[in-house]
Amino acid sequence: MKHPKEEALIAYHDGEVEGRATITAHLADCPECQAELARIDALLAAINSIPVPEPAEDYGQQVWQQISPRLPEKRAHWWDFLFSEPKTVGWLAPRRWVAAGAIATLVLAAFIAGRLSKPVVPGTPVALDQSKVRERILVLAVGEHLGRSEMILVELANSGPQSAAQKVVNISREQRRAEDLLEENRLYRQTALEQGDSALAGVLDELERVLLDVAHSPQQLTPVQLQGLRQRIETRNILFKVRVVGKELQQRGESGSTPAAPNGSAKSERNKA
Amino acid sequence: MNRMPPSVETTIESDAIAVERTLAGDRDAFRILVERHSRNVYRLAYRMTGNQHDAEEVVQEAFLRAYQKLTQFASRANFGTWVYRIAANYAIDRMRQRKSEDSNRAVPARETEDGLEMDLMSTIPDAAPSPERLAQSGQLAVQMRQALRELTPAERTAFVMRHWNGSGIDEIAGALNSSASAAKNTVFRSVQKLRKALEPFVERRGQAKAMGTQL
Repeated sequence: MKHPKEEALIAYHDGEVEGRATITAHLADCPECQAELARIDALLAAINSIPVPEPAEDYGQQVWQQISPRLPEKRAHWWDFLFSEPKTVGWLAPRRWVAAGAIATLVLAAFIAGRLSKPVVPGTPVALDQSKVRERILVLAVGEHLGRSEMILVELANSGPQSAAQKVVNISREQRRAEDLLEENRLYRQTALEQGDSALAGVLDELERVLLDVAHSPQQLTPVQLQGLRQRIETRNILFKVRVVGKELQQRGESGSTPAAPNGSAKSERNKA
Repeated sequence: MNRMPPSVETTIESDAIAVERTLAGDRDAFRILVERHSRNVYRLAYRMTGNQHDAEEVVQEAFLRAYQKLTQFASRANFGTWVYRIAANYAIDRMRQRKSEDSNRAVPARETEDGLEMDLMSTIPDAAPSPERLAQSGQLAVQMRQALRELTPAERTAFVMRHWNGSGIDEIAGALNSSASAAKNTVFRSVQKLRKALEPFVERRGQAKAMGTQL
């Protein structure tokens, strides 16, 4: 009787498929090989019993805090993300179409608003007028965007286990909405930066971090994890900032006015917020 | 509100989005990847290096290297596996460095932060140990530590990945930068060496258990 080699028995222990049936058949009739396999099993079981200290629940956050100051900056334009050669997500991926749709909507809205806005008074610089129209569009779109973001944040703030017996809370619905808002948020933030509205861009930047946090949290959160997420949101005071900026944008949208200067009082208020 | 936890595919897709956003200049997207994979990488690193300090260093270095090399990350690959491989490679370097440092010292024992000598194996759980069992466990622990230290870094990596993390041969080959058959050989060699060093102790322990001298 030809016994399988030691290597083959170790591979058998590991669950390797190749030649498995032959070895199984051999083992059935060979006490010697059964004993040999039992010795391999016992050794590896003994070694596997060595415990590893379990890293803390927030270990990933600790690692991030330690390495983030050492990461070099990699800045890119939002259109790089949108139009770059897809590496990991296909061009036809829905989120790209969401972003593309948002751009198309902005462009179309700007065109229509430009058409409907009052005629250009001779002598008025055309560029200034276009800039006002674009800002108006941005105000309306971002106002709506902030309203939807606020809803998610409020829902998260009020979510929790329905009873003491409920061990986990599912936030997948909020996550999906946060993911959808992320692409828009990025677009608006870039546009705000281009418009020179650094205060709005700053709030959108903070909102983006919160949306990312929500989108990438586990779908099922324990009450403790949910509390942690809420605390992170509260620490940023983002709900208050979103409300302040949203309200201001709503007023601007209703009055149809734009701040007199890029660093006007409204922006100063946002900075205070 | 009753959805299943995220599947592997969902995680990979979500990782892919985070990678893409990082490449587009969004540094915070990388935070998601770090937070998601750090604990797994730590477990691998701890088993490879055998101590907390080196394991933490491996984790940090692995993510820093991953960030720097992110443009080389193959499309549609699994980020978790990729960073795992980077960590394994760095851990191999670290172990080689440690080995050469230890060989230059009169007392090779390393100390933990609390000043005690690190004894990975002495932490094997032992419920209600008898004096005999303590003696045997202690002896086995010492032998295990010694045997694992005597493996080459590549063998230890192969062993840890195969038998502690359940990695496939291709994955191990990737970490060792070798062919699949060479990786298979390295796994085999590591088990063979461990058997040679430890089997007498494991068998003695098994016999003692069978005779009822152990709980």
